[in-house]
Amino acid sequence: MRVLARRRSSRLRAQIFEAVLDSRAVRTRKLLLSLSGVATLVALWSLAIALHPATILPGPLKVLSGVVDLARRGLLARHVVASLFRVTWGYVLAVLVGIPLGLCLGWWRRADRAVNPFLQILRPISPLAWIPISILWFGVGDGAAVFIIFLGAVLPITVAATNAVAAVPSVHLRAARNFGLGSRELLVRVIFPSVLPQLIVGMRVALGVAWLVVVAAEMIAVNSGLGFLIVDARNAGNRYDLVVAGMVLIGVIGYGLDVGMRRLERT
Amino acid sequence: MVAEAVPTRAPIKIAIRGVRMRFGAVEVLRDVDLDVREGELVCLVGPSGCGKSTLLNIVGGFFAPSGGEVRIDGEPVRGPDPRRIFVFQERGVFPWLTVEGNIAFGLSKLPREERARIVAHYVELVGLEGFARAFPDELSGGMKQRVEVARALAVKPDVLYLDEPFGALDSITRLQMRSELLRILQAEKKTMLFVTHDIEESVQLADRVVVMSTRPATVQRIVDIDLPHPRDLSSPRYLALRDSIFEAIGLAHKI
Repeated sequence: MRVLARRRSSRLRAQIFEAVLDSRAVRTRKLLLSLSGVATLVALWSLAIALHPATILPGPLKVLSGVVDLARRGLLARHVVASLFRVTWGYVLAVLVGIPLGLCLGWWRRADRAVNPFLQILRPISPLAWIPISILWFGVGDGAAVFIIFLGAVLPITVAATNAVAAVPSVHLRAARNFGLGSRELLVRVIFPSVLPQLIVGMRVALGVAWLVVVAAEMIAVNSGLGFLIVDARNAGNRYDLVVAGMVLIGVIGYGLDVGMRRLERT
Repeated sequence: MVAEAVPTRAPIKIAIRGVRMRFGAVEVLRDVDLDVREGELVCLVGPSGCGKSTLLNIVGGFFAPSGGEVRIDGEPVRGPDPRRIFVFQERGVFPWLTVEGNIAFGLSKLPREERARIVAHYVELVGLEGFARAFPDELSGGMKQRVEVARALAVKPDVLYLDEPFGALDSITRLQMRSELLRILQAEKKTMLFVTHDIEESVQLADRVVVMSTRPATVQRIVDIDLPHPRDLSSPRYLALRDSIFEAIGLAHKI
């Protein structure tokens, strides 16, 4: 009996081991597939540049050396930090305003009915259209850029919070009242956990928007950051290697932010 | 309308007096009178949309009636109260809390150890051992319904209101849940008002079945179910009682 049991348990262990191995193999295969996609694209890019040597556009190697050049001069860290700094401020402000505002609008449907048309009219106005006004209000500098990022991020967060609260099932609210919860407990113990999944999705969208907007804001309103790097590299001697380097950095960092938010979403 | 004899001499727990309800131009309830005695299980049945859920919501304190009043232990009902818990269909469980977290929901004012003891007791009572840390998404409909019942019982209410609690479950699970409910009630006697559209269910569970008329609903008839538990679902008395309710609702029990 005991031998049988042991054999069975060892077989079970082998199965588990295989499963782990399998999942690891699957994960490696997925990663390889993604990487090979990027590699193919880079190869095609090199090939295209090699076939048209006269073009002003840089190849991947030249872009890489551009990044290294920026890093060596300390500009890489400076621009990246400048952009992230503005995004952080604009985004944090948007979260601080958007979540409470959205929660209130979702809870008091009448307030929503009053404010919603205004928000819907604001929504199609690109945050970039605010650049002249924000420079008028805040001058050329971080304030203007932060304001534009805030505008870009606050609407998706507000709308997500409003919809999330409106979607809290009434049975949950009634159950909470039945168990004698006061309004503060109701907010903390029922409404907040109930809206959180939808809210995080909205926050992820908003962070994406904020990152899109920062580049444009920096092209006009300030003299640092990745957006400024791109414009400056073109103006100061057509350094298209640095232009493309800036673009690649924006893409990679944006992807990183999204991955981070998605991780948050899962927990 | 309360004329029919009640089976026990227990004191009156819930007194519904002349309750009327209108929603705009629609008259839903007209002069409903009903007494529920302590420890009694009363089922409300009636055609769908007749207002039996509305009545339960008024008794539960979620709606204020347009007229008349509900008294519990002689006190008029002014709103929902933790001494009287409403059990919804299984979608009432909180999806962000585990089974334990849901059952402990109404116990936040108790010290941690006592809470844990009560939760463990009810996890066992409703047969969810091994699922205490599971989230509702991982549970079947019947299991979620058990969580709801446990969450309600954990706060030691004297009254339970059940609004078609098993309505969303498949027929096999529903039958199991009914016998589970009766088993649980033997451990903890409660006064219960149970809304159902399932006549069989009402005859299997209730001490009395209140048949409501079509809208505007009144109490049309009260049937005493004088059958001991466990009930034999093929006994002539059971069938006679069931058929009398079908008849009262105006349904020929033939297809």
